[in-house]
Amino acid sequence: MQHFSARLIITLKNGVLDPQGQASTGALKGLGFGSVQSVRQGKVMDVVLSAADETGARADLTAMCEKLLANTVIENYEIKTVDQMETASA
Amino acid sequence: MTVAVVLFPGSNRDQDMIDAVAHVTRRAPNTVWHADTALPASTSAVVLPGGFSYGDYLRCGAIAARAPVMTDVIKAANDGMPVLGVCNGFQILIEAGLLPGALMRNASLQFVCKTVDLTVQSNSSPFLGTFAVGDTWTCPVAHGDGNYVCGEDALKELQDEGRIALSYANESNPNGSVADIAGITNRAGNVLGMMPHPENFTLPHQPSQIGARMFESLLSHAA
Repeated sequence: MQHFSARLIITLKNGVLDPQGQASTGALKGLGFGSVQSVRQGKVMDVVLSAADETGARADLTAMCEKLLANTVIENYEIKTVDQMETASA
Repeated sequence: MTVAVVLFPGSNRDQDMIDAVAHVTRRAPNTVWHADTALPASTSAVVLPGGFSYGDYLRCGAIAARAPVMTDVIKAANDGMPVLGVCNGFQILIEAGLLPGALMRNASLQFVCKTVDLTVQSNSSPFLGTFAVGDTWTCPVAHGDGNYVCGEDALKELQDEGRIALSYANESNPNGSVADIAGITNRAGNVLGMMPHPENFTLPHQPSQIGARMFESLLSHAA
């Protein structure tokens, strides 16, 4: 088994209302950032896992996103990076 | 009629629900802990109460929907048992895949705690049988994430199949829900999820007892 560190990016699908992003947009404009057009808020998750190889790790991460970490009705997910680790990490 | 009220870490409307169910059905419901692996054998209906299960971590209802007891709740629901989810319970039913769509942050970004007007759009649910389609009644809401969204195709399906059970009436939509949706059912009709709290308009000391009719409907359905 090898150990991997992965970064997942979960974002709201286009067209899904993001009131938190809208609030941040308004606040940025209030601070004088006239350049801001929109803010969309998402999530970053760092997952440490063990797998036989990177392909196996990616398959596991995909299943994790599909089953729990993302709500695919409203969210997209992306496995941004999968890095092999030297040793296991807590 | 033995109702099971499922308790999750962070449920906080469970006692209101237990009191309302006990008052109307004249029988104390069983309280089922989320980590239990099965519903009591005597269970004839399941209610998921409101609250903030698992602190709304990840997404509202997401962790609770994967709790051990939910395997049996999902099985019972698919076998036709009446299942009601109120507020956080509605969020859990959606996250469990028993109902379509998603419940997002209120469009106002405000937690809303007030009464709204509801219109019964379909009374095919076991919990709405004593209402007539078109009946409008007042009911409390208290939530921060009740903004129902779904894709256009899913919305058309809900409409065509008569699965929008309750909608906000008289421009009282408190959260921005698409099509003023306050509650929906599954295709078979036995699973109902709704944001408003009928259990808080049921007992004699509460401002209204109209919500009791949902539990009376369940009794009539079972009779």
